[in-house]
Amino acid sequence: MGEALVPVIAGLAFLYLLVPVAYTVAFSFNDAGKSNLVWRGFTLDAWRNPCGAPQVCEAFAHSLQVGVASTVIATALGTLLAIALVRFRFRGRPLVNLLVFLPMSTPEVVLGAALLAQFLSLRVQLGFTTVVIAHVMFCISFVVVTVKARVASLDPALEEAAADLYATPWHAFWRVTFPLLLPGIAAAALLAFSLSFDDFIITNFNSGAFTTFPKFVYVSAARGIPPQANVISSFMFVLALVLVVVFQVVSSVRAGRRQRG
Amino acid sequence: MSLAVALGEGGGPPPAASRPTRTRGHRPLLLPGLAYLALFFVAPVAVLLATSLYVPVPGGDVGQYQPALHGQNYVDALAKFWPQLVRSFGFALMATLAALAIGYPMAYAIAVRARGRRLLQGLLLVLVVAPFFTSFILRTIAWKQILADDSFVVAALHWLHLLPPGGRLTATPFAVVCGLTYNFLPFMVLPIYASLERLDPRMLEAGADLYASPFTTFRTVTLPLSMPGVVGGTLLTFIPASGDYVNSSLLGNNTNTSMIGQVIDARFFKVLDYPTAAALSVVLMVAILVLVGAYVRRSGTEELL
Repeated sequence: MGEALVPVIAGLAFLYLLVPVAYTVAFSFNDAGKSNLVWRGFTLDAWRNPCGAPQVCEAFAHSLQVGVASTVIATALGTLLAIALVRFRFRGRPLVNLLVFLPMSTPEVVLGAALLAQFLSLRVQLGFTTVVIAHVMFCISFVVVTVKARVASLDPALEEAAADLYATPWHAFWRVTFPLLLPGIAAAALLAFSLSFDDFIITNFNSGAFTTFPKFVYVSAARGIPPQANVISSFMFVLALVLVVVFQVVSSVRAGRRQRG
Repeated sequence: MSLAVALGEGGGPPPAASRPTRTRGHRPLLLPGLAYLALFFVAPVAVLLATSLYVPVPGGDVGQYQPALHGQNYVDALAKFWPQLVRSFGFALMATLAALAIGYPMAYAIAVRARGRRLLQGLLLVLVVAPFFTSFILRTIAWKQILADDSFVVAALHWLHLLPPGGRLTATPFAVVCGLTYNFLPFMVLPIYASLERLDPRMLEAGADLYASPFTTFRTVTLPLSMPGVVGGTLLTFIPASGDYVNSSLLGNNTNTSMIGQVIDARFFKVLDYPTAAALSVVLMVAILVLVGAYVRRSGTEELL
């Protein structure tokens, strides 16, 4: 009985997950006028002119800049931490593991409030830099967790073999370890970017007058969100679909090749 | 809670025994990340703790405080905002249970029922991850429209007499919990999927060979082996849900739906009452750490950390 119910429940769950996405995409085609809350008919206006609403593209560009900067820094720092945590035994290891786990087990409001309290006490001007600092902080933990799984599945004998063949540690890392870690690092970077791009709560605490895309949407919710915001969101959705599908196909082709030997 | 497996390499071989080695060269790898976390996580939390004990500058402006050890801030903050704190944990718990009830069958369908059909599996995973890339605030606003008084959902519920005449969904605790469940559902599905994916199908065959009913096999083999995923998923859902205030402010009505995150935000930005906001943040953080610690210990999956 339970076995037959699984596809039904899963199907309804997918519906639950995707109906709001469908709404968001549908309302990018709404002939909205001022407030994009009621369906008023189909139009391509917003798609033809995605920057037509004030500030929407500026906010989008800010989010892209913050996302790229945070992703690069967090992925670099997190990858190094992950390698060290899996490969090297040192005295403080449990403590470092705990330190990496803590930001993930702290709600965003608390992280946002703590950083803001620090920036206020140091009289730091809030803006692009403080937002990137905050995003890197919460992305590092996710990068470490993601890359750690990949490092743990690597055989250290591969590096030892490289060393036996007179590769320097530097060479062994770039020619052997890094290429093998790359899928994990790419997944971590994708995760970090999506977390940073869509973050609202921490950004809201640490951005001052600097507006990112989620902040723009939240603030304009009161007076009506322009359909251009839906266009940008839908565009990102399609882009992500394409990226993830490519990622899946590449990794399944690779897996197939590996199986055939 | 290996999200990596779920997001990137569906499945893959079980981790080879990767024995740690003692190397002198590891320090340069650790230092940058550790320094960063010390500067921008540990230090801010210390500043937050200090701020929670501050007192207003005598005769100063609104928003001016000086260092002190005024523990009374905690008593006052809790006395005033106890209901919002309890409500946050209640809503987060309901959303986590709902996400588990919905997310487990989803993960099971992807990992076990679609096993061997790579394309279908990939497609379903993409559908779980894809909502991450549309703005979650826009999706929450879409929820608001879906649950609005003139929506087809409300009309259908009235027609089915599941909602009393004049009854509404918008601005109710139900709407907020519904939104929280929705927002954090992928965080529940992915870790459970990852742990089910690693499950060896021969285990299930062995169960059937030993005359176990499918349900008994599930209860005694599948479920225990997927526990790391369940623990990871509940944590990744419960923690952000308890601190979230986007759902309660967009889908709620403030009087009987406001959550602690909203209070912290308002104390910080509207009232400039930093000590109260800091004290509530500290209480929230400590409460969650205690809950998470007890939960992880009880479920016996410490290696998760």
